Amino acid sequence: MLIMLVGCGIGFFVYTSEHAYRTNTEGVSESVISKYPFKLGLDLSGGTHLVYRADVSLVAESEVRDSMSSLRDVIERRVNIFGVSEPVITVQNGGFSNAGEERLIVDLPGVTDVKEAVAMIGQTPLLEFRTENLGTKPQELIMNEKGEVSISLDSQFIATELTGRYLDKAILEFNSTTGEPTVSLQFDAEGSKLFEDITRANVGKTVAIFLDGEPISMPVVNEAISGGKAQITGAFTPQEAKTLVGRLNSGALPVPIELISTQTIGPSLGVEATHAGVRAALVGFLFIALFLIFWYRLPGLIGVVALSFYVATILALFKIIPVTLTAAGMAGFIISIGIAVDANILIFERIKEELRAGHSIADAIKNGFGHAWFSIRDSNFSSMITAIILFWFGTPLIQGFALTLLLGVIVSMISALSVSRLFLVALNITKTTKYTQFLFGSGFSSAKKS
Amino acid sequence: MFIIKYRKIFVSISAILVALSLGSLMYFGLDFGIDFRGGSLMEVTYEGVRPEQAVVEASLENLGYGGSLVQQIDTDGYSIKTRALTETERQSLVTALGTEATEKSFTSIGPSVGAELVRKSILSFILVSLGIIFFIAFSFRKVSKPVSSWKYGLIAIVALVHDVVIVSGIFALMGHFTGAEVDTLFVVAILTVLGLSVSDTIVVFDRIRENIRAGISGSFEDTVGKSLGQVFTRSVATSFTVIAVLVSLVFFGPSSTKTFSLLLVIGMFFGTYSSLFLASPLLVFIQKGQKHTKE
Repeated sequence: MLIMLVGCGIGFFVYTSEHAYRTNTEGVSESVISKYPFKLGLDLSGGTHLVYRADVSLVAESEVRDSMSSLRDVIERRVNIFGVSEPVITVQNGGFSNAGEERLIVDLPGVTDVKEAVAMIGQTPLLEFRTENLGTKPQELIMNEKGEVSISLDSQFIATELTGRYLDKAILEFNSTTGEPTVSLQFDAEGSKLFEDITRANVGKTVAIFLDGEPISMPVVNEAISGGKAQITGAFTPQEAKTLVGRLNSGALPVPIELISTQTIGPSLGVEATHAGVRAALVGFLFIALFLIFWYRLPGLIGVVALSFYVATILALFKIIPVTLTAAGMAGFIISIGIAVDANILIFERIKEELRAGHSIADAIKNGFGHAWFSIRDSNFSSMITAIILFWFGTPLIQGFALTLLLGVIVSMISALSVSRLFLVALNITKTTKYTQFLFGSGFSSAKKS
Repeated sequence: MFIIKYRKIFVSISAILVALSLGSLMYFGLDFGIDFRGGSLMEVTYEGVRPEQAVVEASLENLGYGGSLVQQIDTDGYSIKTRALTETERQSLVTALGTEATEKSFTSIGPSVGAELVRKSILSFILVSLGIIFFIAFSFRKVSKPVSSWKYGLIAIVALVHDVVIVSGIFALMGHFTGAEVDTLFVVAILTVLGLSVSDTIVVFDRIRENIRAGISGSFEDTVGKSLGQVFTRSVATSFTVIAVLVSLVFFGPSSTKTFSLLLVIGMFFGTYSSLFLASPLLVFIQKGQKHTKE
């Protein structure tokens, strides 16, 4: 009796909290629960998915991770200025699954104007300090349309380690005598040291400052500069200088990036997909519920209850973790409903067998669960292996599917074993009458040996 | 039970199906989508009257994208496949399509990303298969008589390959008529079918193992037959529920997952078929084969 109350209590709790979750995804209430709406993947919310490749050829091996994470921060800051809600920016570290490339993935839900998104990210400045190329590298000659020949600036200078990554801040200053605008750069501790080394090694030579691949200033170094302060004087209009300072301050790229793949989903497609997914889930669930009750009768009814518990738990987990739902993710969830039933059916069939063998109902239930456990464990295990490998596959789309499948399998095992058992035992059926035999039978036979 | 009694028939049915599927694969071939080859796919819908396909193709030629593929979507849209486009190229394409066109979705995959996907897919397939063989060999290690445990694993893989080949063959057939392409979802579907089908096969083997341990019948053949009889209803029932749920996905679910769900339905069906009608008969064949070589 007590167990049944506990069981009901849990069920009730989950139901009300789930109900609260649901209403709060649409509503605007301020409670804690409203902070947990479903997280929708791009193919359901509509938006833009961009993949950038980062060129870390100049970065030391040990620094790569740091560079990538500061790249991530810089891009995030820039995206936030644009006012995108809930952008997701992730680093895909080079490794086996990436062909060794460092990648940055930018997901912008709700942003449908790809042009603007890419332009905005593209505005993140790339600041480089380069020194004169005195080596034996042949200098490239380039010829422009007019037939004039000049030495390509790219080959005149070689890059150093000092980039915008080490920039602390940029300040707009006006030269006190000439009134010219200058951009003052302040490096952080590491940057200051680098700058000092570079200037010391290049006294009397030119150190060029490149912005976005174009030189903006080529001062000659007079002496080693410590303290990490540099000034860029050039033919800036005050407006240009101000914009440059703004761009540098909102974050300079630590490494150059290149757009290698884009994807946009219009929002209407996304909404359609979501509705369709929910519809399919409901129909599927209903169908299974009917089948369970019709075929397995009383245990079937309990199975449906356990299944509802399972669905509620999974949805709650999706919200809390949170799991990003994609169309494939919804498919994974729906498949897991089917698998959840699997475990229950295994148990019921076992119970039926035990009853046929002549055991009492209480014993049949206990043994049924005991024997079924091994089958459940083994068969679900292989699904889990598949899900884990799929997860490693890497694309967010597939990971969503793998995660929902994995979660589904695990939770379904737990719910089938604990909840079903709870309810069955709680019902406390002890007498083996014809009526109970009918209830525990299945299909068109009764539980008595036929 | 009857499956074991008529095992020759069932195994031959499977063999014929596999042969047919291989034929279908070779004849119809598999169309690889941009996920694997790289390229761009744009879907546009038109507000008013949709221009003729020839007009759209001409605009593409003008832009230098001759050889692109234009396909009709419903009555008011086109899907346009070209080589991978940069952002500026995409914009010029949208402008060229006219002001009445709204871009519903756009995907551009650089060639390196595509090649990588191929690599990962093949690798995942191998990994999953290996994982399964080892898992089965391990969990069946104590039941090495009369058939050694890793042979169970091997048979499971044979059943899997059988499933995958048939599903692919059917897909090739479908693709010929509906233009369905191999994309990431296809790979995911195949891998999922692997996982789900194996879990079914394991349940059957599990029962056989239990009965061998309990030593309930005389010959191996009898044991297998009896085990099959015991699990038959259960296997059919569980596959039925998953298939029911998947069918609901096919008809009611989002359009992006329709082919995916359909593949899973077919895969689950054959997965169950192979677990019941192929795996166990093969077991008996092997055991009988062993006996012959011993004598």
